[in-house]
Amino acid sequence: MLTSLEPLINGILLGGLYAVIGIGLSMIFGIMRQVNLAHGELMILASYFSLVFLQLLGIHPLVTFLFVLPAIFILGYLIQTFLFNWVLEKGMEPYLMISFGLSIILQNAMLLLFTPDARTLQTSLAIKSINVFNLFYVPVIYLVDFVVGFLVLGLLHLIMKKTYLGWAIRAASDNLTAARLMGINPKRVYALAMGIAVITAAISGVLVGMTFTFYPHSGTQYLIIAFGVVIIGGLGSLPGTFLGGLILGVSQLVGGRIIGPGLQLLSGYIILLIVLTIRPQGILGRK
Amino acid sequence: MSCILTIEKLSKSFGRVAAVHDLSFEVSQDEILGIIGPNGAGKTTLFNLIAGEIKPESGKIMFNGTDVTSAQTFRRCRMGIARTYQIPRPFVNMTVLENVLVGAVYGGGMGSKASRKKCEEVLEKTGLFSKRNAFAESLPLLDRKRLELTKALATGPTLLLIDEVAGGLTESEVEEVLKIIHSLRRDGITILWVEHIMMAMKRGPDRLLVMDFGEKLAYGNPDEVLDSEEVHKVYLGDDED
Repeated sequence: MLTSLEPLINGILLGGLYAVIGIGLSMIFGIMRQVNLAHGELMILASYFSLVFLQLLGIHPLVTFLFVLPAIFILGYLIQTFLFNWVLEKGMEPYLMISFGLSIILQNAMLLLFTPDARTLQTSLAIKSINVFNLFYVPVIYLVDFVVGFLVLGLLHLIMKKTYLGWAIRAASDNLTAARLMGINPKRVYALAMGIAVITAAISGVLVGMTFTFYPHSGTQYLIIAFGVVIIGGLGSLPGTFLGGLILGVSQLVGGRIIGPGLQLLSGYIILLIVLTIRPQGILGRK
Repeated sequence: MSCILTIEKLSKSFGRVAAVHDLSFEVSQDEILGIIGPNGAGKTTLFNLIAGEIKPESGKIMFNGTDVTSAQTFRRCRMGIARTYQIPRPFVNMTVLENVLVGAVYGGGMGSKASRKKCEEVLEKTGLFSKRNAFAESLPLLDRKRLELTKALATGPTLLLIDEVAGGLTESEVEEVLKIIHSLRRDGITILWVEHIMMAMKRGPDRLLVMDFGEKLAYGNPDEVLDSEEVHKVYLGDDED
């Protein structure tokens, strides 16, 4: 009886990871009203970055954050400055086109550099699991995913509420004209926000690399998860993203247990469709 | 007196409508210049041009001897030009203090400590200090107008553009606004003030600029300008003898 708790608990833990996958996408939408279709590729790029450092230096995947995160921050800053900032005032389509193009370029660049082979960021954490009251097992790596994910969201919340950069980001997303009048340079703020958003993507990329295998074209799969998370939770809402991650994770694993593992993804998207029908702005989203 | 702002043959039209047409005037240091004119006379467009939200088709804007005609809004803010809106535009999800701090940090280029001090100072001045931790969303209209002014002041301006701050206020509230504006001038802030309320325009500004169809209709001492026949005709209406 109690063993049926297993998919529930693992779903919640996995949901923490899903939330980090979605938060960058949600953030960019909340701030610029734009959708970054290259989000998944930036995630997987970070997985490969981590792999390179892991193989070169023989360090733990979590330690590669030290190198991966600054590198990916700079990349995000430059992408926003030299690509996205040029088309911000031209509606949503150019941004979509550019980010889609970027995702194709990144995907193929990774294919060239790293071959289409499946990779994983090997760590002993991935094979350990905790026996809970002799009833069921929780994989340690899921626990790590959840804790790191929770920390990332908490830290992001603090940055947005307590730092001057966070205020500038919120001011610019609230009222762009008024923000400009207060001396805020929106393009710089956007570039910094993109840097932060890709950092969250990179963290999720490394976690994904430790938990599952990844390929150069894995980004699309995670972009869809990110969409699922932010649609369920509500675009642009931080607590909503966390909740969205948990709901998607739980519905996948619990659904998988009930209707069979092959239909795990389907059960997640059924919940997604239900939310879209009943509350299109997302559970914690605003109209 | 030295000249802080020079507008030279400024023109801006929307489609075929000339919102501001071939307009020239000067504003001296520490002056309060009132701007009046019927609706659609181009007053707000003029403010948008000076603050940099829109760019003119021709003409020049000189601020403190620098040509700022094509400078971006946030740069002009950092140079010392601030404006308020007729309809207040606070950042609704932030507290009053956070709203004001954003201006001090980004517009005023102040450090953490200096900006806090500056903000407390301007909050005292505009009478919002006791409400500094309230969310901007929850403020009533008068306080929102106060916040609008406080935010602008926090950026440490030398030139302040005020767009109809007294509209919708009671007479005693207008008195208070006049008091605040005069005290700002004493602090060395030059003020351009668009207003519809005649009582305020008679007693506030040192000089008055009357606009009609984007052009300068009259310019000079408030009493003289308001008494001139031309202004009566266009602005106050024929029937008001």
